Amino acid sequence: MLTSDIPVVHPAAGTGIFDLLWLIIALPAIGATIILVLGNERTKSYAHWLGVGTVAGSFLLSLIAFFSLAGIDEHERQVGQHLWTWFETQSSTNPGGLTVDFGILYDPLSALFLLLITGVGGIIHVYSVGYMEHDERRPRFFAYLNLFVAAMLTLVLADNYLGVFLGWEGVGLASYLLIGFWQHKTSAAVAAKKAFVVNRVGDIGMALGTMLLIATFGSVSFDYVSEHIGEASDTTVTLLGLAFLLAACGKSAQVPLQSWLLDAMEGPTPVSALIHAATMVTAGVYLVTRSNFIYENSQPAQTAVVIVGVVTLLWGAVIGCAKDDIKKALAGSTMSQIGYMMLAAGLGVAGYAFAIFHLLTHGFFKANMFLGAGSVMHAMDDDVDMRHYGALQKLLPVTFLTFAMGYLSIIGFPGFSGFWSKDKIIEAAFTENTVVGIAAMAGAGITAFYMTRLMLMTFFTKKRWEEGVHPHESPWVMTGPLIALAALSVLGGFLLLGDWIVEWLSPVVGHVEHHEPPIPALALTAIIVAVVAVGVAIAWFTIGKQEVPREAPQNVSFVTRAARADLYGDALNEAVLMRPGDRLVEGLIVLDDNVIDVFVDGTALASGGVSLGLRRLQNGFVRTYALSILGGAALVVLALLAVNLS
Amino acid sequence: MEAGPFIVLSAILFTIGATGVLVRRNAIVVFMCVELMLNACNLALVTFARVHGNLDGQVAAFFVMVVAAAEVVVGLAIIMTIFRTRRSASVDDASLLRF
Repeated sequence: MLTSDIPVVHPAAGTGIFDLLWLIIALPAIGATIILVLGNERTKSYAHWLGVGTVAGSFLLSLIAFFSLAGIDEHERQVGQHLWTWFETQSSTNPGGLTVDFGILYDPLSALFLLLITGVGGIIHVYSVGYMEHDERRPRFFAYLNLFVAAMLTLVLADNYLGVFLGWEGVGLASYLLIGFWQHKTSAAVAAKKAFVVNRVGDIGMALGTMLLIATFGSVSFDYVSEHIGEASDTTVTLLGLAFLLAACGKSAQVPLQSWLLDAMEGPTPVSALIHAATMVTAGVYLVTRSNFIYENSQPAQTAVVIVGVVTLLWGAVIGCAKDDIKKALAGSTMSQIGYMMLAAGLGVAGYAFAIFHLLTHGFFKANMFLGAGSVMHAMDDDVDMRHYGALQKLLPVTFLTFAMGYLSIIGFPGFSGFWSKDKIIEAAFTENTVVGIAAMAGAGITAFYMTRLMLMTFFTKKRWEEGVHPHESPWVMTGPLIALAALSVLGGFLLLGDWIVEWLSPVVGHVEHHEPPIPALALTAIIVAVVAVGVAIAWFTIGKQEVPREAPQNVSFVTRAARADLYGDALNEAVLMRPGDRLVEGLIVLDDNVIDVFVDGTALASGGVSLGLRRLQNGFVRTYALSILGGAALVVLALLAVNLS
Repeated sequence: MEAGPFIVLSAILFTIGATGVLVRRNAIVVFMCVELMLNACNLALVTFARVHGNLDGQVAAFFVMVVAAAEVVVGLAIIMTIFRTRRSASVDDASLLRF
């Protein structure tokens, strides 16, 4: 058992700035409430700035709290704040009841998430001011965005699993509302519904895990569970790990619950950037990292996390190669990158810090690229098909340059943030298991291919857009956020300077001696860069050097066809889950019509018929009634006699 | 005292009354038959009171008389009303309350 190595969650009550932690959640929640209560029309003039302001306020508070946390001793970097008792079933008659407090846990892990959510979230809020300018319902959009930020902050600040669950459902709701924001489009409404339903499947895991915690420990707080996890049986711990893995799969679009993410791109682009790239979809990684005391105690659960991560990182990458819709290509890439994070989180103490590191850098460069894609769509009259783009680098210089920063970062160009984070994950994977390492490395090569393809088809090659489309650069309110995120994408690697992020997170996830990978780290890095270079070169020769047809060619290989169909994820869900469900329902309808209805109707008919006969007795003649009274009385007398004589 | 003859007389009177209620059509006659049954009961009650040597039966008989008196008041009023509206005192004619 490794229990002794895993830090126990034991927050000390905070003072000073830490007394205001609740305000970080409250600010966006208040913003959302004001806009939703007052309504769309009355808040039209100021809703967007209210939305930006509340998130900016939260960001400032997070920043101050972050520096305050950095200022205190490493072993005391766990601040708790008890807000109120959420519910209590404990009483004198039921001493073993459950008490759940609504509390905040602020530690290095939540501190980083706060900065990511409020920082990137704030930037995306600013971008949305421009992007949604011509939308009639912009105030409502900002209300939903604020709602999302508040829920996500609840998720990462809660000090118990039930609090996490509250935030978990909150972000799910916000995601649903925002994917279906343009609900007049059938595709958007359907996509929202799909995301909601698939997420519910994952939530079953979350609910089961929480219930199992209550049944086993009688508590859901990180504090108590992390201290007593050693008392639970191995099977229980593994079940807990698998339940939370299912939850993570749903929220983070990991195989087998990946199918909703590509459709989720129906939402407005800032939503895709904020929720379906930078923050919400990483909640699964947060959950696994936060539950490190569970996964460290269960080898099978950890292996399951690694398998899910590896499968998803290849799955998403393959899908990304075949998509012509720029947002869907990026969505496949998101899926794949989160696969990397899951893989790292599954590697245990050696990987948690790198999972979070990649999560942060991915948050920067993927948000950057999604917003860049939004800027391109803005220029191309909302066309998302990359086959209709081409040669945009001259016309959209700012978008192109910022997008290029994100591109270099995601493929792992030496020096850029993605290079540092992905390199570390692949290195950790190689140290753990060669097969996993090779899969992760292959994923890096495929990433380089599809991102180069996306880059070439959008900004280079010949122009393929229609007559009458006049690409133009976006306003400053959209390019400003792009520049900020591009800078973060380039410089994100500084977090690794002197192993800072590893040291910073060690109070949460523990510390492990560095194991040397089987081949020297520098050689490994060189191999990774070479693989990436091969991916880029293949893309260059197959796409950059050739004519890109405006229509997607149909005589393509089986692999391409499969990737275009999301590797048949939807077909599988439909065949295995939906159709049998339909059949079952049809069978039940037949049963209902032919058995249950017949029985119910038959009962009614029978009692009607009997009544028709019985009412003949009511003939209105007094003498008949008198006779029946006499008969009745005679019967009673006979009965009495029979009883008395026997 | 020998109670037998009184009880037999009471039973005969009751049977006559019950038969009359069942076979006669005229409301007045039916009414009289009801009274006959009540008084047959009274006779039985008084007889048993005498046999047992206490007053319980006699008290019950007084109650029956009071009820019978009240019944006469209400019953005759109903019969009168029916006769005025339908020009008939036959109980079979008043058979509106049926299916």
